[in-house]
Amino acid sequence: MNIDSIQNGIVIDHITAGNGMKLYELLDLNSLDCSVALLRNVSSQKLGRKDIIKIDREIDLNLDLVGFVDPQATVVVIKNGEIVEKKKLDLPEVLKNVIRCKNPRCISTTEQEIVHEFRLSDRENRIYRCVYCETKAA
Amino acid sequence: MRSIIDILDLSTDELSELIATAEDIIAHPDRYSEVCHGKKLATLFFEPSTRTRLSFEAAMYELGGNVIGFSEAQSSSAAKGESVSDTVKTVSCYADIIAMRHPKEGAPLVASRAASVPIINAGDGGHNHPTQTLADLLTIYREKGTFENLTVGVCGDLKFGRTVHSLINAMSRYSGLKMVLISPEELKVPSYVKKDVLVKKGIPYIQTTDLTEVMPELDVLYMTRVQRERFFNEEDYLRLKDSYILTPDKLTNAKKDMIIMHPLPRVNEISVAIDDDPRACYFKQVLNGKYMRMALIMKLLKEAGTI
Repeated sequence: MNIDSIQNGIVIDHITAGNGMKLYELLDLNSLDCSVALLRNVSSQKLGRKDIIKIDREIDLNLDLVGFVDPQATVVVIKNGEIVEKKKLDLPEVLKNVIRCKNPRCISTTEQEIVHEFRLSDRENRIYRCVYCETKAA
Repeated sequence: MRSIIDILDLSTDELSELIATAEDIIAHPDRYSEVCHGKKLATLFFEPSTRTRLSFEAAMYELGGNVIGFSEAQSSSAAKGESVSDTVKTVSCYADIIAMRHPKEGAPLVASRAASVPIINAGDGGHNHPTQTLADLLTIYREKGTFENLTVGVCGDLKFGRTVHSLINAMSRYSGLKMVLISPEELKVPSYVKKDVLVKKGIPYIQTTDLTEVMPELDVLYMTRVQRERFFNEEDYLRLKDSYILTPDKLTNAKKDMIIMHPLPRVNEISVAIDDDPRACYFKQVLNGKYMRMALIMKLLKEAGTI
């Protein structure tokens, strides 16, 4: 299966197979009016299977979100058909407006226009806690 | 702007400084009677509280300052749907410092990010209550003379008991601590408190349901109330509320110099017969709380350049 290469845009590569659709939805790529390709279960020497997302436009990508969902993914920025930047992702220390606290007692469930903020409390086990109530992210 | 949301916002050096100030206030109250003259403390209590609010108010009055505020959400603009951020931005225009209690966890942190004056967390749901911990620490220090090499037992509701979590956090910074966690199965200390504090810092702890068995080991026994307001289910509350009741016979094997603490209010978890026991320190805690709040108000106002 062939997908055209892009001239100016972003490629999210090395996505763990199965996470592509999740990223597509969380990044709200459905709302873009440019070409977006989601490739699932692509053969990969390194990973066996992987997902890839190609976005045919430079957008302000929420890298924290990508790092949170799939820290092994890579982000490549393409300009005039050339790779101009490769971003290796890691688990971000802080997540802002990526996930929401599920604790009904937390102020973030009622306060208007609050920043939903989580801090990485255990890198090894990928545990984030709400900064307001310290509840573990579900 | 410096605010105190969590007891860990204060370093151990700062705790020592606050304790020294509180002891000086106790020794020389007249020296502090005009320190906050012309300054206002706003007590924003979105959840009912008697002792904490009165303690803050008494603290500010004894520093020569004034107090404004409300004692329940129904009499505030929160009842009209105003956000916490907007409320404290408004109150910042009237007051020099704010003490805030709110049923939602994290509300004082939200307030501290919006306010232009210092915020003191006076309790946010089942989360933090740093000034209660200041009262606890001054009591332990005055009664035991040290924070080091103590075996501290906490008993009762260790799941929702915010004072317990704050006390464990605060005491975990001193060497030689041993913790004894006494509770029914359903109200055990949350695993993250054990993992992130006790395990991470290598603090030895025992978890048990039997208070009498561990009594002889304790230097400090910190009793707590099973709080009705923390339960969504009334049946669970009724089933657990009488889990631990401290009576004189249970103290038979306790050390002669053990101290008995309780953040109050108590319902029935400490028999009134214990009140006259020299080891009972819970009313001293109340008084110590006022002195530590005085010390904290002064510290924050000084750091803000207000006094």
